[in-house]
Amino acid sequence: MVVRFAGDSGDGMQLTGDRFTSASALFGNDLSTFPDYPAEIRAPAGTVNGVSSFQVHISDHDITTPGDEPDVLIAMNPAALQADLHRLGQHGLLIVNSDAFEARDLEKAGYATNPLLDESLSQYRVVEIPMTSLTQKATEPLGVKSRDAERSKNFFALGLVSWLYSRPTEPTVAWVESRFKDLVKESNLAAFRAGYNFGETSELFDHPYQVKPATLPAGEYTNISGNVALAWGLVAAGQLAKLPVFLGSYPITPASDILHELSKHKHFGVRTVQAEDEIAAAGMALGAAFAGHLGVTTTSGPGLALKSETLSLAVSLELPFLLVDIQRGGPSTGLPTKTEAADLNIAMYGRHAEAPLPIVAAYSPGNCFDAAIEAARIALKYRTPVILLSDGYLANGSEPWLLPDAASLPDISVPFATETNHVADDGTKEFWPYQRDPETLARPWAIPGTPGLMHRVGGIEKEDGTGNISYDPANHSTMVHLRAAKIAGIADDIPLATVVGDADAEVCLLGWGSTWAAIDAAVQRTRREGTKVAWIHLTHLNPLPRNLGDLLRTFPHILVPELNLGQLCRIVRAEYLVDAKPVTKVQGLPFSAAELESAIKEVLS
Amino acid sequence: MNVPASDTMIPVTSKKDWTSDQEVRWCPGCGDYGILLAVQMLMPELGVAPENTVFVSGIGCSSRFPYYMNTYGMHSIHGRAPAIATGIAVARPDLDVWVITGDGDALSIGGNHLIHALRRNVNLTILLFNNRIYGLTKGQYSPTSEEGKVTKSTPMGSIDHPFNPLAVALGAEASFVARTHDLDRKHMMNVFRAAHAHRGASFVEILQNCNVFNDGAFDDVTGRQAREEMMIDLKPGEPIRFGVDGHSGVVMGSDGQLRIVQVADVGVDALLVHDPSRADPGLAFALARLSHDDHSPTPFGIFRDVDRGDYGQMVGAQLAAASEKKGPGDLTSLLRSNGTWIVGS
Ligand SMILES: Cc1ncc(C[n+]2csc(CCOP(=O)(O)OP(=O)(O)O)c2C)c(N)n1
Ligand code: SF4
Ligand SMILES: [Mg+2]
Repeated sequence: MVVRFAGDSGDGMQLTGDRFTSASALFGNDLSTFPDYPAEIRAPAGTVNGVSSFQVHISDHDITTPGDEPDVLIAMNPAALQADLHRLGQHGLLIVNSDAFEARDLEKAGYATNPLLDESLSQYRVVEIPMTSLTQKATEPLGVKSRDAERSKNFFALGLVSWLYSRPTEPTVAWVESRFKDLVKESNLAAFRAGYNFGETSELFDHPYQVKPATLPAGEYTNISGNVALAWGLVAAGQLAKLPVFLGSYPITPASDILHELSKHKHFGVRTVQAEDEIAAAGMALGAAFAGHLGVTTTSGPGLALKSETLSLAVSLELPFLLVDIQRGGPSTGLPTKTEAADLNIAMYGRHAEAPLPIVAAYSPGNCFDAAIEAARIALKYRTPVILLSDGYLANGSEPWLLPDAASLPDISVPFATETNHVADDGTKEFWPYQRDPETLARPWAIPGTPGLMHRVGGIEKEDGTGNISYDPANHSTMVHLRAAKIAGIADDIPLATVVGDADAEVCLLGWGSTWAAIDAAVQRTRREGTKVAWIHLTHLNPLPRNLGDLLRTFPHILVPELNLGQLCRIVRAEYLVDAKPVTKVQGLPFSAAELESAIKEVLS
Repeated sequence: MNVPASDTMIPVTSKKDWTSDQEVRWCPGCGDYGILLAVQMLMPELGVAPENTVFVSGIGCSSRFPYYMNTYGMHSIHGRAPAIATGIAVARPDLDVWVITGDGDALSIGGNHLIHALRRNVNLTILLFNNRIYGLTKGQYSPTSEEGKVTKSTPMGSIDHPFNPLAVALGAEASFVARTHDLDRKHMMNVFRAAHAHRGASFVEILQNCNVFNDGAFDDVTGRQAREEMMIDLKPGEPIRFGVDGHSGVVMGSDGQLRIVQVADVGVDALLVHDPSRADPGLAFALARLSHDDHSPTPFGIFRDVDRGDYGQMVGAQLAAASEKKGPGDLTSLLRSNGTWIVGS
């Protein structure tokens, strides 16, 4: 990860960069820094020539970004933006001090119009923060004059970035205390804390996905974040299904960006409604599904909990419905801006009664695109709610993504019912809403507006076939079994699990979701060192691939790395009676390759 | 709420076309039967087709309603019908979407969805069956039950202050608000017809008798003997008056309060003239609050009927404007929209 601090030479950027570097060094990262002073020592303040920058390259494992374009640019004024924006990578995080964008500042920096107000920054993730005035407010109670407070705003920036990258605050606080005195000391500390707290309360999120393979296969690439890929995947799913997309959503970190992104694509016929709450968001999407749209709702853990009752209704109605959960640290508000993958249990079991549904999990930012299409495919074909799991790490991380050929994407369209499907004893043609396809067990999807197919669906148990309300004990049993069999049968329609690495290894890693990057690195390293290791990564968590049990049984040791306390591990143990062992991490941070490497070593020793 | 004329053919249907083959299972004597009949009799008059009509309900006795209509329908989740119906109406502005709900369903568990559907002005016709009780769960008090009400869950009498459904709807600035009752089919049909004709969210409170758990709750107002003296029939453009020969009327006092007066005392010209199209909902709100119990003169009819853009159409208009500006969506160019680079082989 590369962070670049840029400001006026009077803004203290070198100091800020240096402090951030020191805090990172204490954190145990590999570092390389690149201070970039203005060429002219006395260049006028606020001009491009007067910009001073400090770039630091931090990495926690040995696979690093190609080149060294910054992932994050902190621009304290328009001149800094003018000077350094071209360095920032696509989708890079751009943090600007919006207080410094007055007409006079813009003019000095050579901007004809305010770049914060037009579309010129649209390819970056822009966070505008009035750093000067927030610093003034934070230092005001100390009796610091607002002109003097200006000089502490670099500490605000430092606090903010320390929050973003989970750097410890103590070394910086100790350093400020030793270096400054009296009011200046207090003012810098207040600004530092204010910046740190601002990051926390505004739920600024960044733990960029860092693994970028050194050699990329030939082709056309774009840099993509998980949430954008997921949103584009939903747009694509609508196109591939020949259905309008309807998104009902309620803002929540780290899922909101999907709502933002989809709201931009109205020309694809995508409808987005910011609902009054998550329950409504899910309800709206389900209503839209009933009406013949690709109904989607996006959320994170607490929102998923609220949507549980709607998922159960969707299971009972047997309508296509897609729920996207961008997992974050929990329970409750937990760590909203940190990653975790602990919603597998609620996705699997978090509904009343017997209400199974398929679960798909994305494994990399780019894969969020394919996962969205796959989840939609299953939902549409089997008329079932599907949960798609991603997490904060994937959502906000980005990677070079080999563009798929739009023409080669699968056709996932399904026909609406247009004809009656049953003849009564007296010869009348009828429509039976629960007359199933014998192969998929899916029921017909007859949408309002279709003459002759009027029917009622509801949460009360219904008779198989007719769909009429039924309290018959045997019918209920039939329906519970049918709903379960329909989901279980999807196993025939998903890829078999494949083993990466050595099929004759002593140990197999079983992964899912965003642990993919760390497992990949750990497996490569272990094998490079001459130790055999196997790896299976799951994209479908319910149902599981048909061959998974047999595959797992061939390995003496099975390790299941998860950013939870062993949720998939328990599922495979229960499902296959194998002695899988969990490797867990719940620090709001992804695994590092080294952690998994040592877990492998440990089990083999 | 109405359906935009997609073609000029007006469907000719009869009550039978709107009646499903399912056995109606409310308690004998329940007010819900009369409401169902009024709706089934009205539908052929509206010139709409059953296949373009959707009834969505929550949970409660009243919410069984969709099963009895030969239309598309969904019996959904307790309280959530306005949200689900919003999804249907926004996805498909061509459909005629009705919401059937109860006082508990709409105002307790689903209060949030109700006010937001009204605020957004989604093209829905919402019929709230207010029996001031939880019928389906066998007789607990509801958010419209009067203070002091003794039920299974309030053996010492309810201490909860009740909602006035119309005041809630008007507080959310619903664009169509009306009240009717289950004993007068003609009145119901007139109100439902107007509610259906209104584009946007229409909210109708129907006083409904639950003869099992709250029998006779509205007798003092809607009972045949009481009606003439206790029901205030709101007629657009006419002074608000009621009673035999219209002896009583409604005036606004100098303190801004609405009061019931003897017309003989003040003269007809002093009476408030009803105007449901008034932009400000304030007066409608005051009228909704004229009666605080079921034992005093109570206004019925259309309180408010104003035009305010239909949400689903506005969503559609934004889509159309975006397509106009950017052209139809193209996946290939979307994937390239953030810039690309080529990696050679
Ligand atoms: C989530 C949930 N909570 C509680 C219930 C139980 N329940 C069903 S209907 C109802 C109240 C219904 O009252 P009302 O809306 O007034 O309808 P009525 O039966 O009077 O027509 C309750 C509490 C439920 N079905 N779902
Ligand atoms: S309990 Fe009351 S509301 Fe429910 S069906 Fe019986 S009479 Fe009607
Ligand atoms: Mg009730």
